[in-house]
Amino acid sequence: MLPENIAFGILAAAAVISAIRVVTTKNVVHAALYLVVVLSSIAADFILLAAEFVAVAQVLVYVGAIVVLFLFGVMLTRAKLGHEGELDNDQRGIAAVVALFLAGVLGYALVDYWGDDKLPKLKGTTEAINASRGTSAVGNAIFSTYLVPFEVVSVLLLAALIGAIVLARRD
Amino acid sequence: MLLNEFLLLGAALFSIGVYGVLARKNGVLVLMSIELILNAVNINMIAFGYMGGTATAVTGQVFALFIITVAAAEVGVGLAIVLLIYRNKTTVDLDDVDAMKG
Repeated sequence: MLPENIAFGILAAAAVISAIRVVTTKNVVHAALYLVVVLSSIAADFILLAAEFVAVAQVLVYVGAIVVLFLFGVMLTRAKLGHEGELDNDQRGIAAVVALFLAGVLGYALVDYWGDDKLPKLKGTTEAINASRGTSAVGNAIFSTYLVPFEVVSVLLLAALIGAIVLARRD
Repeated sequence: MLLNEFLLLGAALFSIGVYGVLARKNGVLVLMSIELILNAVNINMIAFGYMGGTATAVTGQVFALFIITVAAAEVGVGLAIVLLIYRNKTTVDLDDVDAMKG
């Protein structure tokens, strides 16, 4: 077995098990910390797919900012940390049925269509690969082809920031 | 590596996220489940981009970055709303937020 397959197996197992813990654990803080494991495993998956800039952005934005934001939210909306009250509603059973059905349909469709199509091997020197699909290529694409969407996303972030301040402000 | 390994991982995370959105009633936990769903989509973006060649690899990465940005904006506003609900009703149970129920 190839090393990359072993690495992917470990990462996928960690991601799926931690994701299940995120949606089943009885402790909100633990859910946020399991989310860190899921997001880090996904960042490592991005590195396996030669998308190192997205992996770094994932760690910076998700693990660095969003999880901290979640922990702030948990802190501000609960009197005490730890076990308290019921976190699940009474449609857990039907939710499990829906999720399993969805997983079954998606899995069947993916296996049926993509079968065992292999990901292509990257050819050429490391420099050539970096120039064609690495960080510099992504940067060039953002600031040429995708310049307008990039600016729109910037304005969206600014609007969300101002909106969050307006919503959460005490007055 | 097979393309399907990544696609099936994405599908599994997506289904787990859907379960979380449906079964959780704490507002913060519902937002966490939405993050799981968005990350599953990101895996698909990168994997399909890698599959298609150089041009699509870059496109997939750029779109994944846009999704990460929009997710950050969504969490910021979402948590502000949850905070506002908590301030007005002293609870974040979404079952108790039923003011618009007929």
